[in-house]
Amino acid sequence: MSVKLSGPARLGLGLAGLVLFFGVWEAAVQSGLLPSGMVPAPSSLGPAWLDEVRGGFWQQAILDSLNHYLLGLLIGSVLGAGLGILCGMLGVLDSLLEGVVRLLRPVPGLAWVPFAILWFGLSTAGATFVIAISVFWINFYAAHSAVRGVDPELYELASAFGHGSFVGRLVKIVLPASAPGIMAGLRTGLGQGWMSVVAAELFGVPGIGARMMQASSLLATDVVVVYMLTMAMLYAITDFLFGFVRKWVLRWQP
Amino acid sequence: MSRADMVASLQDVGLSHDGGAHFVLRHVSLTLERGEFVALLGPSGVGKSTLLRVLMGLMHPTEGQTGGSACAADAGAQTTRRSRAMVFQDARLLPWRSVLRNVMFGLEGLHLSKSEKITRAQEALRLVGLEDAQDRLPRRLSGGQRQRVGVARALTVDPDLLLMDEPFGALDPITRTSLQEELQRIWQQTHKTVLFVTHDIEEALRLATRVVVLAGGPPAGITGEIVLDMPHRNPDTPAFRTYAARLRAMIAGEPDPGGEAYWRSAEI
Repeated sequence: MSVKLSGPARLGLGLAGLVLFFGVWEAAVQSGLLPSGMVPAPSSLGPAWLDEVRGGFWQQAILDSLNHYLLGLLIGSVLGAGLGILCGMLGVLDSLLEGVVRLLRPVPGLAWVPFAILWFGLSTAGATFVIAISVFWINFYAAHSAVRGVDPELYELASAFGHGSFVGRLVKIVLPASAPGIMAGLRTGLGQGWMSVVAAELFGVPGIGARMMQASSLLATDVVVVYMLTMAMLYAITDFLFGFVRKWVLRWQP
Repeated sequence: MSRADMVASLQDVGLSHDGGAHFVLRHVSLTLERGEFVALLGPSGVGKSTLLRVLMGLMHPTEGQTGGSACAADAGAQTTRRSRAMVFQDARLLPWRSVLRNVMFGLEGLHLSKSEKITRAQEALRLVGLEDAQDRLPRRLSGGQRQRVGVARALTVDPDLLLMDEPFGALDPITRTSLQEELQRIWQQTHKTVLFVTHDIEEALRLATRVVVLAGGPPAGITGEIVLDMPHRNPDTPAFRTYAARLRAMIAGEPDPGGEAYWRSAEI
């Protein structure tokens, strides 16, 4: 049986877990249990981070990656959710695209990197493309199933009150009714987007991912971990900020 | 009856969901006159709601003609009203809209300014006694209140014909009775033409000026109708019970027992 914990108790336990995690890690490295060449000690991360900040690499990497991330997220989310909504509403389009979707869906974002280089070169556009693709599918499926789940009786209501046209149904019924599902897709996409930033920058487009690759080729494991944590922090911030958007859009929900 | 008094009509309407192989309804003719309160009475699943949707313009009859003031899709962009409006059994409010904005749903797209829409929606809410609840969300309302909002939403478009699909069927008996009384009051205030679908004989007799029975089948058809002449809608009066017996016979497809015979048996 699981015990129901209060909010502060859960927060406290979560922090304790983190402290324990870093404590054990530090102890393992200090005691020689983990080879320090392979795993950096947590205590070395602070100095490594300061070095990166002083050189201006850290700030620049974040700015570059944010640029790819936000643009890729925007394009992938809008196109994915948009096509998902259309397919959810239009049976003909849905059937027409079903085969194509099944074909392309399993292709991971990383597999598009060769084409990204070929089409866009080592540029922001290439990285943006890879991020957009990985975000696209999440939003496509979330929006698609959200729209398919709209109560058909609401369409009848729309028709009875003069909103039976495609645009009427879209604006008055489909968008608000499927908003919870679409927002869930956007939120999952926020996380997926950060994950694919590394893939998108693997091939040399400057940013956090590229900086990690450089550091790892120099065996500067502490720098790699600094950027891992940076990405975790950026994800936490975007997810936190999106929480406000979500709460505002779905303010009618309990 | 002049054409101006006719709000809607069905002539020899038949409806089939499979292109004519099996009919749900057939040979249905019905004319609704301005100001009438017609109860469409019949057993569950007989096709009453389907007939209502044909009148609403949500379904097209397989055969026969529909007539009356223009159907669901109103012609002209300048109009400030809709010819028909519907109240659903499940209220069918939009959970993301406040009560006021739910009522305004049917006004959107009409030739009205924003403030006119708000004023009209508020008037409708006042009519159903929910003027203080306009900012609440539907999930904060009771079942009866939700259905009142559904009624307000239909009234606010100022329809020639108000179609009600068992609107009180899902409510508890106490709420139901109070809403029936309220609907009577609203009907007397607004003089709307109402077609009220129900499977409850007592409800039909409480509310209507005319009861039309849809039964038999499939395909179902109109098996009889009674124009009610009762000053008091009290179920304990002999007149009420006589009407009820006649309606029961019509639903069962038996011959009309007539008024007199029942009078005598009821007195014993």
